[in-house]
Amino acid sequence: MGYTILKKKELIPGQTSLMVIDAPQIAKKAKSGNFVMLRVSEHGERIPLTIADCDKENGTISIVYLVVGKTTAEMNTLNQGDELLDVCGPLGKPTHIEKQGTVICVGGGTGIAAMHHIAKGHVAAGNRVIAIVGARSKELLLFCTELSSFCPELRIATDDGSEGHKGFVTEVLTDILETEDEVAEVVAIGPVPMMEAVCKVTKPFNVKTTVSLNSIMVDGIGMCGACRCTVGGKTLFACVDGPEFDGHEVDFGELKSRLWQFKQQEEESMERFTQECQCNGK
Amino acid sequence: MANKKKIIPTRTPMPHQDAVQRGANFEEVALGYTKENAMLEASRCLQCKKPLCQDGCPVNIDIKGFIGALAEDNLEDAYTIIRRTNSLPAVCGRVCPQETQCEGKCILGKKFEPVAIGRLERYVADTYAAESACEEVTDLSTCALEREDLKVACIGAGPSSLTVAGYLAGRGIKVDVFEALHEPGGVLVYGIPEFRLPKSIVSRELGGLEELGVTFKPNWVGGQTITIQDMLEEGYNAIFIGVGAGLPRFLGVDGENLVGVFSANEYLTRVNLGRAYDFPNYDTPAYQAKKVVVLGAGNVAMDAARTALRMGAEEVSIVYRRSEDEMPARREEIDHAVEEGIKLRCLCGPLAFHGGEMDRLTSMSVQKMELGEPDDSGRCSPICIEGATEKVECDMAIIAVGTRPNPILLEATPDLGLNKWGYIEADPETGETSIPNVFAGGDIVTGAATVISAMGAGRRAAKEIASRLL
Repeated sequence: MGYTILKKKELIPGQTSLMVIDAPQIAKKAKSGNFVMLRVSEHGERIPLTIADCDKENGTISIVYLVVGKTTAEMNTLNQGDELLDVCGPLGKPTHIEKQGTVICVGGGTGIAAMHHIAKGHVAAGNRVIAIVGARSKELLLFCTELSSFCPELRIATDDGSEGHKGFVTEVLTDILETEDEVAEVVAIGPVPMMEAVCKVTKPFNVKTTVSLNSIMVDGIGMCGACRCTVGGKTLFACVDGPEFDGHEVDFGELKSRLWQFKQQEEESMERFTQECQCNGK
Repeated sequence: MANKKKIIPTRTPMPHQDAVQRGANFEEVALGYTKENAMLEASRCLQCKKPLCQDGCPVNIDIKGFIGALAEDNLEDAYTIIRRTNSLPAVCGRVCPQETQCEGKCILGKKFEPVAIGRLERYVADTYAAESACEEVTDLSTCALEREDLKVACIGAGPSSLTVAGYLAGRGIKVDVFEALHEPGGVLVYGIPEFRLPKSIVSRELGGLEELGVTFKPNWVGGQTITIQDMLEEGYNAIFIGVGAGLPRFLGVDGENLVGVFSANEYLTRVNLGRAYDFPNYDTPAYQAKKVVVLGAGNVAMDAARTALRMGAEEVSIVYRRSEDEMPARREEIDHAVEEGIKLRCLCGPLAFHGGEMDRLTSMSVQKMELGEPDDSGRCSPICIEGATEKVECDMAIIAVGTRPNPILLEATPDLGLNKWGYIEADPETGETSIPNVFAGGDIVTGAATVISAMGAGRRAAKEIASRLL
């Protein structure tokens, strides 16, 4: 039982890693935009993670995680050859991809990994993709090599100007929207404030903007409603109705509050885990 | 002869964990009959010539037969008789609404209290130590896996699928049960709390099925990881869909997405499946609150309220539009909740939730109601009392007002015929859907109902599958 980690690659030391997982049944079905629910160990919590890539031939999926809490910290202690206890998917509705012209894909932080899978899908569908990736500084950028392998128009923004444009992805996006005649869609995946800012930028240009919501989930299959969000005044479930929604209709304020629901317990878990790790000399 | 004996008018009480003590633990509330209790209660059965109780049972247990055997101190026969039609007696003895089924029909109940059939069923199931998995799970004496060429898939590992699996595995058919969550058991594991149905009881049943060659495949989402088409192509001779109730319903009132407002499904899944009662030993957290309101008054609402109490809430109340008499929960569940200190705020309809700092719930407004004429459901309808509203302080609200169909499998299977409520259309006799050799049963056909009715549907489908395959 369990799902073997075939490869682990540290993308940003101590912070972000990629895992290639042996999961043929998921790889067979996975499409851009899908996610998995995973559980690291017997006492673990189920968490959602977007599928960053999949290899149907070899039966593997890739996930990229940022160490933010106990589950991801525990995951980070695992190495190639170890197993994740449960991986369930592919879940959620896949990205709606059709041939439509120019698509701008914006990714921030760990969201770049998920954005990369969607950008790949758009390229495969014959769309012209302009990718914009952003991070605080050069060392925190992800997937630039992979993106540039299939997407010739890659734009970079770093807060400190260590690579590409000095500033935010939204500034690069504004530039492009002002100069490009026809942009069919903007896809934004990253931290909530980034996605919210992208939507503010695209609104006056009246460009369809798709965001992928990272709500808290328990089962990931529609049973519980933990991931519910307000989209266009209606309550929808990110797990079965999403996770991608029309960004101009999303209530980001509500999403932010809901993401903080279990902050106290999350900190308690993390503190306990860190202490245990220190005791075990990890 | 039997009616010459003196009838004991009241039933033998069920020993319970003390109400105050149990409010602080997750151990089982009803402790189960002792042998003396069981023998005394069994002796109350009149052994009617035409027993009505059996008709009241959705799986048609020969109740007269098993109680008769028990009264003669023949536990083995009692067990075999139950097993003939019921694959999960230890579960049913605990969670069936006997008062509206078998016990509701018991002739003794006309003048006195009916025989405590459910308690006796539980006693037999808990006490009889089956010698083999075959005996544990079926009514057969031998169940070798004889027909490796035949295989059946069940989607969902709840009560209906477990019944199908037990019935078919006992008859030598290979059964694979695909479960979306990481543990099999369905509502028995994620929904019904430990204090009402210990997980060890469910594990025993699941273990028996595995010994019979049933394979549980966790983390397989029907419609996503594998579709019905895939299963047919992989050579499954029949498929049973038992994916259970679906998405939780919300109330549609303001403030419903505030932090601290949960569906009962979420709250119970966190605590039961995620073992949040043992946080931080287990990682899944549950929201910590002092004043909890539960919206709705069915069994799930009672489970949620009693769970919140055990999770440390200082005050838990049930907010319900009608009066206590109209509550859909079992009487026993309501009584247990009240004994434990849960308040019933009847004749109050939800108006809105209000939040404070960080969008956290601080209170809710309710509309006072009075009872009017009976409505379509036969229950008195609630009528608003103009201008009578009230603010109730609360820092957590749990919404337990039912579910609607889960779209995942249905959207992935466009050929599947649905009824006007969006549930799967299945033949009432055989359970077969609009797709030949694909059967369905339980909540995905009926909408939210009981464990036993799902098992009844599973049994009907399993019989049909067996008759076609064998």
